[in-house]
Amino acid sequence: MKISGKTLGQSAAFRKLVGALVIYAVIQILLATGLLSDYYFATIVTIGINVILAVSLNLITGFTGQFSLGHAGFMSIGAYFCAFITLRVEGIPGFLLGILVGGCAAALVGVLVGLPTLRLRGDYLAIATLGMAEIIRIIFQNIKITNGAAGLSNLPQYVNWPWLFLFIAAVVALTVNFLHSSPGRACIAIREDEIAAEAMGINTTRYKVTAFIIGAFCAGVAGALYATYFPRIKPDTFGFMKSVDILVIVVFGGLGSITGSILGAIVLGLISMFLSSYTELRMVLYALLLVIIMIFRPQGLMGSRELSLALMKRAGDHLMGLFRKKEKEGRV
Amino acid sequence: MEQFLQQVVNGLSLGSIYALIALGYTMVYGIIKLINFAHCDVYMIGAYVGYACMTFLHLGFVASLCISMLVCMVLGVIIEKVAYKPLRNAARIAVLITAIGVSYLLEYGMMYFVKANVRTYPEKTGILAMTFQLGNINISMLQILIVAITVVLMIALQLIVKKTRIGKAMRATSQDQDAAELMGINVNTTISFTFALGSALAGAAGVLVGIYYNSIDPLMGFLPGLKAFVAAVFGGIGIIPGAMIGGYFIGIVETFVSGYGGSMYKDAIVFAILILVLIIKPSGLLGKSTREKV
Repeated sequence: MKISGKTLGQSAAFRKLVGALVIYAVIQILLATGLLSDYYFATIVTIGINVILAVSLNLITGFTGQFSLGHAGFMSIGAYFCAFITLRVEGIPGFLLGILVGGCAAALVGVLVGLPTLRLRGDYLAIATLGMAEIIRIIFQNIKITNGAAGLSNLPQYVNWPWLFLFIAAVVALTVNFLHSSPGRACIAIREDEIAAEAMGINTTRYKVTAFIIGAFCAGVAGALYATYFPRIKPDTFGFMKSVDILVIVVFGGLGSITGSILGAIVLGLISMFLSSYTELRMVLYALLLVIIMIFRPQGLMGSRELSLALMKRAGDHLMGLFRKKEKEGRV
Repeated sequence: MEQFLQQVVNGLSLGSIYALIALGYTMVYGIIKLINFAHCDVYMIGAYVGYACMTFLHLGFVASLCISMLVCMVLGVIIEKVAYKPLRNAARIAVLITAIGVSYLLEYGMMYFVKANVRTYPEKTGILAMTFQLGNINISMLQILIVAITVVLMIALQLIVKKTRIGKAMRATSQDQDAAELMGINVNTTISFTFALGSALAGAAGVLVGIYYNSIDPLMGFLPGLKAFVAAVFGGIGIIPGAMIGGYFIGIVETFVSGYGGSMYKDAIVFAILILVLIIKPSGLLGKSTREKV
C-alpha cells in the first residue's frame, strides 16, 4: 500500500499513530494487570494533565513567542465550569459536556484577556497575564457559588486511562496540526520577528489572539480533566505557583518543541514523585535542580528540536562512536 | 474625614514598604531586564535576620536594621554571582526560571530551617511603642519611623545613583550595556552593586514589616513582592522615582479598599489597576514610550 509515493511504514503520520498506540497499550496492560497501582495512576493523571497544559502553553510562549504567566487561571476556569456541570448532569454526557463547557469558558476568557493585553510585548504581557490569573483566583475565592476558599468537593470522577489518553492525543494533534497550518506558520513568524511579520502583511494581533484562544481552550480542558479525576478543587490549587510549574515544564522541555514539553512533563513529574518521600526537603531539592538545570542547559532538554527516530538514531550513533573511541584508546 | 486621614496615614506606612521593595525590582530590571522573583524572598530573609537580632541577640532596633541590610546585601550579591551571572547571555526566559528557582530555594530552604509557623517579633518597648493622637487620628511612632527611614533611604539612594561614580556607571549600564563596557565600565561589578543596593533596601523593608505587623513566616514575601512589582510597573519600570510613587500609590489604594469594606478584593483591585495601567500606558506613569526602530 502506498500513500503519496511512500509505503505506509515510511509515512510520518502512520509512525506517530503507531508510536502513540504502543504507549497507550503498554500503560493499559500495566494498569489492567495491576502492575501499576492507583498511586502510580494518580501520578500518570497529573503528568497527563501537565502534558496538556505544557503543550498548550508552548503554543503561546514557545511558538508564538508571547510570554504568559497566567496559564493556571485558564485551568481554574475550566475546572470550575466543568465542576458546575458534572455536579448537575450525571453520567458520561455530563462529563463530556463539562469538558466542552470548561474549555469554551476558558477560551472565552482568553479572548477577553487576550484582545487588550496581547498588544503588550514581552515582560509586560507576562505581568498582565499574571495579574489576570490572580484576579480570577481571588474571584473564585470570594464568590458564593464556588464555595470560597474551601472549594467544591464530592465531584464525580470519570477520568480513566482511555479518556485521559484520548484528550492528550487530541490536544497534541490539534496543536501540531495548527502549527503546520497557515495561521500556525504566521504565529511562528511572529515569534521570529514581530515587526518583519507585520511588514509581510501578517495581522499579528489576530494570530496572537488565535494562538492564545487555542492555548486557553486546551488549558480549560486540562482543568476540566483535573476536576473530573480529583474529587475536590479549590482556588489555591490554581495559584501563581501552578502557572510557574507549567512554564517550568515548557522551558525545561525546550521552548518550541512539542515532544520537549511532553518529555519535560514526564521527567519533572517523575522527579517530583521520587522526591515526594522527602516531604520537607522536596521543594528545596526541586528548586536546586531547577537552578542547576537552567545554568547548565538554558535551552532546555530538546532545544527547539523535536524528538524523532532519526534524532534518536543519530544520538545512538554518537554514543556508539564515543564508545568505540574509548575502546580504541583502551587498547593503545 | 477623620477616617479618610487615618487611612492616608496607614497607607503611607504600607506604601513605604512597597516602595522600598519596588526599588530593588526596578533597579534590577532597569539594568539586566530581569524580573528578579527572588527579590521578595530577600525581603523575607531580611525580616528573619531582624527577628534573630532582636530575639536572640537582644540588639536594638537600629542595630538590627543595619545588620539585616548588610546580610541581605551580601545575599543579593551571592544570588547574582551564583545564579544569574552564568546566564548573562542566555535567553531571558531561562534567567527568569532561574530566578523562580532561587525564590523557591530561599522560601523552602528557610521553611526547612525555621519551620513554617508564624513567628512574632518581640514586644515593642520605649520610644517604639508610643502613639500620638491628632484629633481622632492615631499615629504610632512606628508609622512615623517607617516613613522617615524610607525617605532617608530613598534620598541616600538618589544621591548614590545621581552623584557618585558607581551611580553613573549604573545609569550608563542600564542605558546600553555594550557601550558602557566599551567606555571602560566594569559591567559585572556595576550589576553586583545594583543587586547589593536593591537587596539592602529589601532587607530594611523586611525588618520594618516585622515590627509593624509583628508576624513573619517563610512565605511572607510572595504577595508583597508581587504588589511591589506592580508598583514598579505602575511608576514605569527601571525608573527610580517611579517605583517610589508607585509604591505609595499601591499602598494607599490598598488601605483605602480594605478600610471601606473591600478587604477581600484588595489584591484583585491592585492587579486590576496594573492591567489598566498596562493597557493605557504600558511604559508606566513616568515612562517614556520609545519608538521601535527596525
